[in-house]
Amino acid sequence: MQQFINITLSGLVEGMIYAAFALALVLIWRSTRIVNFAQGAMAAATAFIALALIDAGQSYWIALIVALLSGFVLGAVVERVVIRPVEGGPELNAVIVTLGLFVAIQASIAIIFGSSFQSFPTPFGVRGFEIGDSTIALTPTSLYIIGSVLVVMALLVALFRFTRVGLAMRASAFGQEVARLLGVRVGRMLTLGWALAAVVGSLAGLLIAGGEFIYPAYMDSLIVFGFVAAVLGGLDSPIGAIVGGLLLGLALSYVSGYIERGSALVNVAALVILIVVLLVRPGGLFASSVARRA
Amino acid sequence: MPEPHGSTAVSAGAGSTGAPGRSLLEVEGLTSAYGPVRALDGVTLSAEAGRITAVLGANGAGKTTLLRTISGLVRPQAGSVRLDGEDITKAPVEAMVGKGMSHVPEGRGVIAELTVDENLRVGSLFRGKVGKDEFDRVYDLFPRIAERRNNAAHTLSGGERQMLVIGRALLAQPRILLLDEPSLGLAPRIVAQIFGLLRQLVDRDGLSVLLVEQNARSALSVADVGVVLNLGKVVVTDQARTLMADEGLRHAYLGF
Repeated sequence: MQQFINITLSGLVEGMIYAAFALALVLIWRSTRIVNFAQGAMAAATAFIALALIDAGQSYWIALIVALLSGFVLGAVVERVVIRPVEGGPELNAVIVTLGLFVAIQASIAIIFGSSFQSFPTPFGVRGFEIGDSTIALTPTSLYIIGSVLVVMALLVALFRFTRVGLAMRASAFGQEVARLLGVRVGRMLTLGWALAAVVGSLAGLLIAGGEFIYPAYMDSLIVFGFVAAVLGGLDSPIGAIVGGLLLGLALSYVSGYIERGSALVNVAALVILIVVLLVRPGGLFASSVARRA
Repeated sequence: MPEPHGSTAVSAGAGSTGAPGRSLLEVEGLTSAYGPVRALDGVTLSAEAGRITAVLGANGAGKTTLLRTISGLVRPQAGSVRLDGEDITKAPVEAMVGKGMSHVPEGRGVIAELTVDENLRVGSLFRGKVGKDEFDRVYDLFPRIAERRNNAAHTLSGGERQMLVIGRALLAQPRILLLDEPSLGLAPRIVAQIFGLLRQLVDRDGLSVLLVEQNARSALSVADVGVVLNLGKVVVTDQARTLMADEGLRHAYLGF
């Protein structure tokens, strides 16, 4: 029983990070119909910026804020400079461009920050809380992860639901031409969408780095998991991304916790889950494509 | 058509003044093409203030392209568009609504994922804060969408969608409303209701309308002026009732 609780807890914590990363992918997909393969590399770049600040003696929190802000700027610049010219063109062009960007950013990180493994700090402890005389797999760091992802999600929900900018962003995402005819500056909204997505992606990158080693390609597996989580959720639905992330986190945790040598199977398991879900529900669990076609 | 509740009406914006008959929108020599296909070939027409101008013609005559070129979605190869004397040929699409021109595109143009209320709010976004009373006036005008204001727009019927997009356009307080095939796929009763309402907005509030329609009979019955378009060229421009009476023209171009 204790093992089950621990495996579930660590799955949920991992799942929160997948959810955040999936959310970043979904935000971009919704607004520009582009799968941003460079999301992981962009997040890695901001993690290296944070680490450089920490190494220079700044606090973790300053570094976090600067990293998120640089994610915002990076997202906006990428959309304006690299993505804008291929928006509205053949879908494959955008895919190739984000793949190229992925390689270019990863290479730039290696050139600027080096490609060795560097340890990334975490602001909170990684010792499990003790309940009675047993230690559970819930640490102050995992509470920090869960809390920060929840805060960011709540802020995004508030932005989209209750603000004029959020409404303009949703209008731009769902009906570009109509939004333009209604006077919405769609270009700006798309830039803002990429910028916010990059912030969320950056947060995921920093959270997964906490207490671990980072190197230019450290986000690669998170891209795969984030992408699987996003597709599980239907790629169109922020809620779906979050549920998809949590489900994937749990499933992978059970695979690595209960199956012998399961940790080696995690990547395979992610793909098996993806294939099964797509076979049963091709649109993902939370597909809203019916509404879109109507 | 049923009377809207009370005497409320959506005001037709700052430019609702101007004597009927004054030319508000002037299109001159407008030429545009999709790739090698020339869709508009030197179209010249004008829409007068406080009037309904109907552009008629068969499928492929260039009607939709005309509206899309006027509002900047399609860039013309030649010609000019002037709104109240101002050259807007090169103005960005996003700026048109601020200049007093609302374009309701073909196929209703509701944003399906947003609720009815959110759709309306998008229509007023560019104006900054807009009072609740203005939304109430739109809902008074269209009680059917008022009942469904918190439903997603994709749950609306075709007629309700048309009411929603017209209401949304009115929230921009346009001087001129460009409507692309509002009757498409609607029951005749709904068409009559919507056209009757347009007539009322024009007569009472001084709105100006440039209407594009394949359904020439209905359009001419509500319009003041008709423009017949064929293969991207203006064939004839005249009073709607004159066009209605011209049997030869009706048979040749209007299909009734």
